[in-house]
Amino acid sequence: MKYMLLIYTAPGGDTEPQCTFEDWQLYDKEMKDAGVWVSGDALADLSTTTTVRVSQSGEKTVTDGPFAETREILGGYDVIDVPDLDAALAWAARCPGARDGGSVEVRPLAGFGD
Amino acid sequence: MDEQAGTSVESVFREERGRLLASLVRRFGDLDLAEEVTSDAIEAALVHWPVDGVPAKPGAWLLTTARRKAVDRLRRDQAYAARLAVLQVDVDRADPAPPHADGELPDERLQLFFTCSHPALAEDDRIALTLRCLGGLTTPEVARAFLVPPATMAQRIVRAKKKIRQARIPFRTPSIDELPERLPGVLQVIYSVFTEGYAASSGPDLQRVDLAVEAIRLARILRGLLPDQREISGLLALMLLVHARRDTRTDSSGGIVLLEDQDRECWDRSMIEEGSDLVVVALTGGAPGPYGVQAAIAALHDEATDVESTDWPQICALYGVLLTLTPSPVVAVNRAVAVAMRDGAAVGLAALDALSEEPKLADYHPYHLARGELLARLGRTDAAVSAYQRALNVVGSEPERAFLERRLAETTPDRE
Repeated sequence: MKYMLLIYTAPGGDTEPQCTFEDWQLYDKEMKDAGVWVSGDALADLSTTTTVRVSQSGEKTVTDGPFAETREILGGYDVIDVPDLDAALAWAARCPGARDGGSVEVRPLAGFGD
Repeated sequence: MDEQAGTSVESVFREERGRLLASLVRRFGDLDLAEEVTSDAIEAALVHWPVDGVPAKPGAWLLTTARRKAVDRLRRDQAYAARLAVLQVDVDRADPAPPHADGELPDERLQLFFTCSHPALAEDDRIALTLRCLGGLTTPEVARAFLVPPATMAQRIVRAKKKIRQARIPFRTPSIDELPERLPGVLQVIYSVFTEGYAASSGPDLQRVDLAVEAIRLARILRGLLPDQREISGLLALMLLVHARRDTRTDSSGGIVLLEDQDRECWDRSMIEEGSDLVVVALTGGAPGPYGVQAAIAALHDEATDVESTDWPQICALYGVLLTLTPSPVVAVNRAVAVAMRDGAAVGLAALDALSEEPKLADYHPYHLARGELLARLGRTDAAVSAYQRALNVVGSEPERAFLERRLAETTPDRE
């Protein structure tokens, strides 16, 4: 069963200690060594975001920034393949992004089409 | 069906339903299918047993019947079967089914407890699902228990089952190192059922004895499945020791009777005895847990012959321990009330007033009620009246409202 881990970082201006680059490297390596990692990446800075909407009449609107201002910012994702939700939650809990006020949202991929 | 046969069939179902359901979920990995064929099997039993008699191994009879119904259904619905097969392969690979001897049902209810109380489910959904799957209540019964429309409860249960299936919440017992993390959630679900039974959050009655009894029954099952977990003993002890006072907590017209005015002769002695023994179990052999400590407090109340001779210093000390285990403003309120009994109303009131900034207590009527009582005792009538009025604004059930209105009426005539 594939799950996407959506990694949200704490709101900007937070001065609490953040995870180091080495923490992330280690986490990536652990997922790969365990054979659960399918795909994933970090996203570029939020200021680089552009949002596209198409109206019913087909009119395209392009705007600067993310669709909605939220307190937390989507910073990256991983897709993992594990037997069940408990296993996915265990990996999410090990993610450095889950610490320091961040959070990891765990979503199953809709594989069976129901 | 004659009455006796009816009763015995009913008690068999009550005993076997959760066990049967757990076994079928384990086998098919699908709660919906398991529930459906469990009902089918019970229906078949209702047809056959009154005629043929209750079989020697009713559980095995029900399981065989239910499995046959499940296979029938899977044959009818190929797409569903294919999807289940995919699930089943994974389940078998992860944890091959244990063989079981001569038709005895392996007890897989523990897995069901942990599935129904999984932290990935919303709290209300966990309670509903536990009552439905392990308590064996029908959806309308669960709805009635929580005073919501049956359609709302049905939606809630459908939503929870859908999440279990689609997010693949596993049907398994947590490993020993996971238990400290997961068990409190299961205990919380059972205790929530009990507290709703102890003091209904709304509605005409103070108590819902059926819910309290069901919570005690669930705790007994859980204790049988995990005998080494002392907090389960603590929770069971707490519920027994509190439930022992059920008949004296209301008067003949359903009005509230305070602890100090209750007829202690009418407390359920066998429950108190069993609860007190369990407190010893809960507090022996390691650091105490919050349920064990609360049970110890309840035991001190139950063992005292009246309010005056109650061991208030000991109760205050136990609330102090409880505060370090579960720091919460509600525990602090209870401690302040015990302090008032030990050191007098003025000291207790000071402890309550120290909590006045707690946002969680703003809508907590027992806080305002406790302030009202202590203020009244100190002769500060005006302040007592406004405290009672604040409590009235946020009170839950009808008897609690009536009690507050009576207190208010008793306090007001003293005013100049």
